[in-house]
Amino acid sequence: MAVTVESHGTIAEAQRALGSGAVYLGGGTILMRAVNAGLVQGRVVRSTDPSLSRIRPMGDGVEIGAGVTMAAIAANPDLGFLHPVVRAVGGPQVRNMASIGGNLFAEHPYGDLAAALLALGARIVMAGGMQRPIEDLLRDRSRAGLVAAVQVSRPRDPRAFGFLKVSRVRPKGVSVLSFAAHLPREGGRLRGVRIACVGLGPMPLRSPSAERALEGGALDAAAVARAAALVAEGLDPPTDALASAWYRREVAGVHLRRLLGRML
Amino acid sequence: MALKPVTFTLNGEPKAAFTEDGQNLLDLLRRGVGDLSPKYGCGQGTCGACTILLDGEPQLACLLLGEAVEGRRIDTATGLGGPAPHPLQDAFMERFAAQCGYCTPGMLMAAKALLDRNPGPTREEVIEAIGGNLCRCTGYEPIIAAILDVAAERKRA
Ligand SMILES: Cc1cc2nc3c(=O)[nH]c(=O)nc-3n(C[C@H](O)[C@H](O)[C@H](O)COP(=O)(O)OP(=O)(O)OC[C@H]3O[C@@H](n4cnc5c(N)ncnc54)[C@H](O)[C@@H]3O)c2cc1C
Ligand code: FES
Ligand code: FES
Repeated sequence: MAVTVESHGTIAEAQRALGSGAVYLGGGTILMRAVNAGLVQGRVVRSTDPSLSRIRPMGDGVEIGAGVTMAAIAANPDLGFLHPVVRAVGGPQVRNMASIGGNLFAEHPYGDLAAALLALGARIVMAGGMQRPIEDLLRDRSRAGLVAAVQVSRPRDPRAFGFLKVSRVRPKGVSVLSFAAHLPREGGRLRGVRIACVGLGPMPLRSPSAERALEGGALDAAAVARAAALVAEGLDPPTDALASAWYRREVAGVHLRRLLGRML
Repeated sequence: MALKPVTFTLNGEPKAAFTEDGQNLLDLLRRGVGDLSPKYGCGQGTCGACTILLDGEPQLACLLLGEAVEGRRIDTATGLGGPAPHPLQDAFMERFAAQCGYCTPGMLMAAKALLDRNPGPTREEVIEAIGGNLCRCTGYEPIIAAILDVAAERKRA
């Protein structure tokens, strides 16, 4: 069976077309590799709906269309909190093509922006308008359907959000580990801590043990050391060409400590 | 296999071609239009040899669908320079920044995109701009020097 490509002018039409066993093409930086290798057969659906590339302010945050690229985020002054994250994705060509929507579906070792959005508690707007927390989407991506946009609140205190990517090749290496931390404070205590990572599981996920170690306390060196010691607890890091599961587990705490140390 | 008509501007010239379903832009440019300057290195987005400018931005032709460039502007290394070489081409020759030359068209387009946007880049900005392009021959230093030479020359001019 050969590939057939369908272009649809609206998200709604693309959503309907996807219904029966087709695959959606965003920026193509992952899916086109499979198309080139002959691994995709059947229908490929894309959409030229302009709302997919829109970024608009919304209350205390922003709504980012699923087709918005890393480069468009990097060029938007309202999205400064995401700049260190999107600049860490691929090289310039990839950043001009790779979409935020595709990043939510990227397999390990990808998903740097998805991890940041997970730490920030983003909400996913599906085609058709239904909204769901990003956790739900990441838990089962195979039957998720078409994502229309991502809503994310700006961290109230810019210093409460931090991102660190560890890679072997600079400037464009993929992740050995990436960490995103959101550490909001209320009256000197941490409330609503979220620590997300790439490289400690098959998809971007949170570290419940590190979050528990920080939640409710003050952010100090002792709390950081406790969180770092526990970060990989209960998680199952993958082995790949870049690093073994053992190595990732071994160094995860070191890198989390470096990130949180910068946020003290 | 279904053929679809697609029209775009290539190096300032209007082009009309037929693209096959699922055909990538690199293949369309090379086989369909006869522009052999963008190179096939990996077909996976990792080498940058297929770098072209799409509406002025560096992108990877191997990961773009041919049909997705309808109505858009594409620039490749074929369009650099006129009767005389482009200053980047001169600087690459001067600095011996092309050895086997396979990465060169992609490097030139990545460098052009940088200088168009930022005429006075720092060494770090040059390294960042060619971070998506692999070179297996030069060790990169001659390429970085060539790009910095062009920036310095433009500043003097
Ligand atoms: C050289 C190179 C380096 C890279 N480096 C990094 C890196 O450092 N960090 C990183 O995180 N990633 C990296 N990537 C991977 C990739 O570029 C990004 O993850 C990117 O964000 C994927 O988005 P896309 O639009 O290109 O996805 P596509 O290839 O279009 O799609 C990927 C998957 O997502 C699905 N999808 C896309 N959009 C939607 C949507 N709106 N709704 C539902 N499903 C959708 C597709 O069906 C497909 O399954 C790299 C890729 C390359 C080629
Ligand atoms: S051929 Fe396109 S990046 Fe290698
Ligand atoms: S000159 Fe041979 S790959 Fe760069």
